[in-house]
Amino acid sequence: MSALLLRDLRLALRSGGGFGLGLAFFLIVIVLVPFGIGPERALLARIAPGMLWVAALLAALLTLDRLFALDHEDGALQLLATAPLPLESLILAKALAHWLTTGLPLTLAAPLLGPLLALPAGAAPWLLLSLALGTPALSLIGAFGAALTLSIRRGGLLLSLIVLPLYVPTLIFGAEMARRGAEGLAQGAAPAMLAALSLGCLALMPFAAAAALRVNLR
Amino acid sequence: MLAVRGLSVARGGRRLLEGVSFTLAPGAALLLTGPNGIGKTTLLRCLAGLQPPEAGEVSGNAEAAYASHADGVKAQLTVTENLAFWAALYRRPCDPAVLSAFDLAALADRPGGALSSGQRRRLGLARLAVIGRPLLLLDEPTVSLDAASVARFAAWLREVHLAGGGSAVIATHIPLGLEAPSLDLAAHRAGPEAAAAAGDEAFL
Repeated sequence: MSALLLRDLRLALRSGGGFGLGLAFFLIVIVLVPFGIGPERALLARIAPGMLWVAALLAALLTLDRLFALDHEDGALQLLATAPLPLESLILAKALAHWLTTGLPLTLAAPLLGPLLALPAGAAPWLLLSLALGTPALSLIGAFGAALTLSIRRGGLLLSLIVLPLYVPTLIFGAEMARRGAEGLAQGAAPAMLAALSLGCLALMPFAAAAALRVNLR
Repeated sequence: MLAVRGLSVARGGRRLLEGVSFTLAPGAALLLTGPNGIGKTTLLRCLAGLQPPEAGEVSGNAEAAYASHADGVKAQLTVTENLAFWAALYRRPCDPAVLSAFDLAALADRPGGALSSGQRRRLGLARLAVIGRPLLLLDEPTVSLDAASVARFAAWLREVHLAGGGSAVIATHIPLGLEAPSLDLAAHRAGPEAAAAAGDEAFL
């Protein structure tokens, strides 16, 4: 499993766009928001947690369609499926590689972009923590969507239609946690729910995605 | 030992082959022959466990390595890195001697994307030597290889793999110079009265 993880990270580094693409997209969306909304700081500060989270969702989505498709195109996926590695482990390695190349950079970059949306300085740690808790769920749900749409040519659009509704609970609790941080409120249940979503996805999604992959590889 | 009894396989909702039976002892090879579209690839995919059989039983295929038409070579990794990945995945040492056995030593640091199709095929076949599985399921292994490479691969198959107690099922149109029985799949073609196959199409 670590062999596959290392290979995927190396491929992401070499092919370019792996690490940079999602992050650059995130940056551009956040920079665009004040142009569209206007420079009013109170309004920007109000929408900042939600905007940062929505932008993070879209950035995570951007690289999902390549998760299995590249290995499918050159035949490597069939060979991986007949290797002694269980398909569930393969999904886990792929999702982890996706998180390391997309979710983790987004998590680390978001507090730096907060000031662009007039996010109060006190909110930055909470934003960081909410993304750290929530982005693993995004990668795992995304791996399921990517496995489901694998054999569909140009399945990227369908993938977003399947995956985005499944992102709703993560978005609600993630944005809520960042908002409470920004307004200095008590955190309540949001962090626990967010962590529960990620852990639940970690427990279930590898099996769901492996089942979808098996059907698609027939 | 690979044992196949009364196997039926289907593709795209149509039954292709029925009543395929054979056994394969360690050290032996079996050549699958038959016209295009008879179901050689489908049979091999079924033996590899990628698709379930429609009927019949397969046993002794747990330690199989499948080599399809596509080689799974990563364009951004060098030849050595491609092989090292498969070796690590199967938890085996990556023996540098494999590179020379498949005439890849001069290409060791060439990225996969810069290989010709014949060179890529040689790398795909070298993967089989690196992962060291006892049963090889080879789908047209000699496609895009020149005569010298075919001979080199046949020699490896005969002198290293089969001599070492491995076995192989090979779908091929080219004589490999192996002393192996061949199975003509045309004799197992599913009749027109065969019912439309179920369970093959996704989501049905």
